[in-house]
Formats: sequence, structure tokens, C-alpha cells
Amino acid sequence: MTLQIIGTYAVAFCLFIGAFFSLVGVIGLLKFNDPMTRLHAPTKVGTVGIGALLLASMIHAWVFGEGSMHEALIMAFLFVTAPISANFIAKVNIHRKACETPPDPPKDDTWSTLVDPLAPEDDKALEKA
Amino acid sequence: MTFAENLMDVALLTAFIVAVLAQIMSMVRVAIGPTTGDRILALDTMVINAIGLIVLLGIAQGTRIYFEPSLLVAMLGFVSTVALARFILRGDIIE
Repeated sequence: MTLQIIGTYAVAFCLFIGAFFSLVGVIGLLKFNDPMTRLHAPTKVGTVGIGALLLASMIHAWVFGEGSMHEALIMAFLFVTAPISANFIAKVNIHRKACETPPDPPKDDTWSTLVDPLAPEDDKALEKA
Repeated sequence: MTFAENLMDVALLTAFIVAVLAQIMSMVRVAIGPTTGDRILALDTMVINAIGLIVLLGIAQGTRIYFEPSLLVAMLGFVSTVALARFILRGDIIE
């Protein structure tokens, strides 16, 4: 087996892995019945699915042309930003009371996302925080 | 046409079909999503699937010019997700 055949097999394997994880994540996004549960399903698309597709592209470039590590940049960017956007979406779910409200903090504080900044009666809570 | 090349063609076609299906299914979630968080999450998933489609197009055509578009789409997707979530949370994007 030459290097080219091994590379072709590796690209096909990575494409299958990426396609499988994309499908699993999106089926989870569509089928789960709770906003916080739905939040966890597309993380498979964002990490393993897209990571395998980018790995396939990288192997393809190394085997069939002049290779480059450009795709690693996209992969690193996606891996860094995925938890941040997930955190923001979870905060949106808590703020809109789409999920179970978290228990009160131990002292007489309030959760920052549950305080409506425009409501006048919450001014004291905002000043305290 | 060797077996490896055939397998790679099948894998590429499968990945294309799955990416398009994933795009359509997350579009359904954007349409029916009962809460705002679901809609933002489905839009984020659609952006990620769009990056996958661009990368697959680059593999299929064997060119390297699709690297910059996919990086741009990744950055715009992150910024737009954060902007949407921040607008819901604070009623303003840049205070």
C-alpha cells in the first residue's frame, strides 16, 4: 500500500466519523424535549463532527497537494468559542425561565441573570451586587 | 478507479447528504423552537454545519481557497450567537 491509498482511507474514515457525529447531534437537537437537554446535543456537532471533517480536509491536503495546518486554526477557534456560546445560551435559558430556576444563593443575594435591570424594585439588589 | 477512491467518493457523498440533512433539521428547530434559547442554539448549529459544508466543498474540489471563508463564517457565527444572547439577557448589545 502506498501512502496515497492509506491517506485516502484515512480521509474516508474521518468523513464517516464527522458525518455520523453531525447526524447524532442534530437528531438530539430535534428530538429532546427540554431546553437544557437540547443544549448538550449539538456540542457533538461542534467538536467531534466538525473536528473530523477538518481533519479529513487536512489529511487530504497533505496527501494530494502541498499540505498546510490552516484547518487547525479553525478547529482551535471552534473549540475555544463553543463553551462560551453554550454558557451564554444557558444563561438565556435561565433568564427566560425556560428551565428549572436554580436554587437561591446562600446569602441574601440574587442571581444576576434573574434580575430585570429595568424593574425599579430590583435597584437595591443591583446596588448590592 | 481503485476501491479506496470509490470508498472516498461514497464517504464524501454521505457527508454532503448528512450535512444538508443536519442543516434542514436545525432549520426545523429554528422554526418550531418553543423558547428563544432553542432558536439561538439552532442558529449556532446551522453556522457550524455551514462551516462543515464549506470544508466538504473544499475537499470535493481539491482546492485550498475555502479556508478563509470557513474561518470567517466561524468568527461571524460566534459573534452573532453572543450578540443574540446578550440582547436577550441585557436588552442591549453594547452598553
